[in-house]
Amino acid sequence: MASTQGFSLSALSSNENVAVKIELKPPPYPLDALEPHMSRKTLEFHWGKHHRSYVDNLNKQIVGTELHGKTLEAIIVDTYNKGDLHPSFNNAAQVWNHDFFWESMKPGGGGVPNGELLELIKRDFGSFEEFEKEFKTAAATQFGSGWAWLVYKAQDNKLLVIKTPNAVNPLVLDYYPLLTVDVWEHAYYLDFQNRRPDYLSVFMENLVSWEAVSSRLQLAKKAQAAQN
Amino acid sequence: MALRTLINRKTLTTTAPLGFRGLQTFSLPDLPYDYGALEPAISSEIMQLHHQKHHQAYITNYNKALEQLDAATTKGDASTVVKLQSAIKFNGGGHVNHSIFWNNLAPVREGGGEPPKGSLGWSIDNSFGSLEALIQKMSTEGAALQGSGWVWLALDKEFKRLVVETTANQDPLVTKGPSLVPLLGIDVWEHAYYLQYKNVRPDYLKNIWKVINWKYASEVFEKENP
Repeated sequence: MASTQGFSLSALSSNENVAVKIELKPPPYPLDALEPHMSRKTLEFHWGKHHRSYVDNLNKQIVGTELHGKTLEAIIVDTYNKGDLHPSFNNAAQVWNHDFFWESMKPGGGGVPNGELLELIKRDFGSFEEFEKEFKTAAATQFGSGWAWLVYKAQDNKLLVIKTPNAVNPLVLDYYPLLTVDVWEHAYYLDFQNRRPDYLSVFMENLVSWEAVSSRLQLAKKAQAAQN
Repeated sequence: MALRTLINRKTLTTTAPLGFRGLQTFSLPDLPYDYGALEPAISSEIMQLHHQKHHQAYITNYNKALEQLDAATTKGDASTVVKLQSAIKFNGGGHVNHSIFWNNLAPVREGGGEPPKGSLGWSIDNSFGSLEALIQKMSTEGAALQGSGWVWLALDKEFKRLVVETTANQDPLVTKGPSLVPLLGIDVWEHAYYLQYKNVRPDYLKNIWKVINWKYASEVFEKENP
């Protein structure tokens, strides 16, 4: 069975952290660039406090341990420990998840993808609308904290929508992640309070960076081909 | 849907305004105080959203799941019955937990924050050393909880002792032990504090003790521990 784990997944996010300390990367746009769809205030807290805390706490947890100096992706897979989570998993995975989330969005985003990505979405979901419905439903029905994802499953050469609890991500489930939306309440509470479905509609209509999703798909297919 | 059910099928009781065979559904309990009564510890904005939106949504979805469960049970549709269990645990648990929570809080002028006296106070000192030690333990465990959940002070009826427990999401306390009775639960889902305390859950946990209703916890404790 083809596995994503033998290949460096750092290419799928730009966090190539082989340095000794994990760094907090800024989003690829200013904190107010996603207004009015995601407020500057949300970015200030979500990136400036939550994401920063995951980074700082992870660095504190790994210093002087065998995890120190490993890549972020390696730390995630090691601490996932086949589901028997080590204490650092939550911080490590959340650092990665949030990098991936910021890069999944862009100012003036949303709408519909084109090219090969759109063809594969139509092939595997029936239509873009059906994909969007499935993605929003997964995100709306992830109970408690978590994430919804569009992923590429190499074994079946198929796109899938999945949802994960808390910090779990597709890296530990042997899928290539292509797109994510954060459904921890802190991601939307300042802007939407309890109205998670409204947040998800705004995300799809105005924030998704289909360019990022397409380039991740290309990288994933290249990585998979390199393994075969 | 409920009305069509009544018209098409015989009811076994005469009082079944919602649902068939007297299916008991639920409605939002009133708070025993105004939305602003717990300020400044918990803001009025949070109390209103928490009660009218979050708790109400659990009730709405719990009722929906119960109706679907009733229909599936009647039809003998085992796989649907099993599939509904998680919706029942989420939403029923959410209703149960929040109903307890509103009673665990009280305005200062009605005794919120006053330390427990009587047998509960004594039992806390005995089990944890002091009330301060218990508060410290619950605050620490509440702050450390990953994701969403609750931190509880519970009476273990079987071993006749007080314990601190945490549960994930809306899992009821009994999922941690069938003999556990909740005395005090603190909601650490982000919706419980975010608008006021943002990411600083420890500050929420520090301040909520000012409005904890120890009188209610004592009543529950004394009832189980006569």
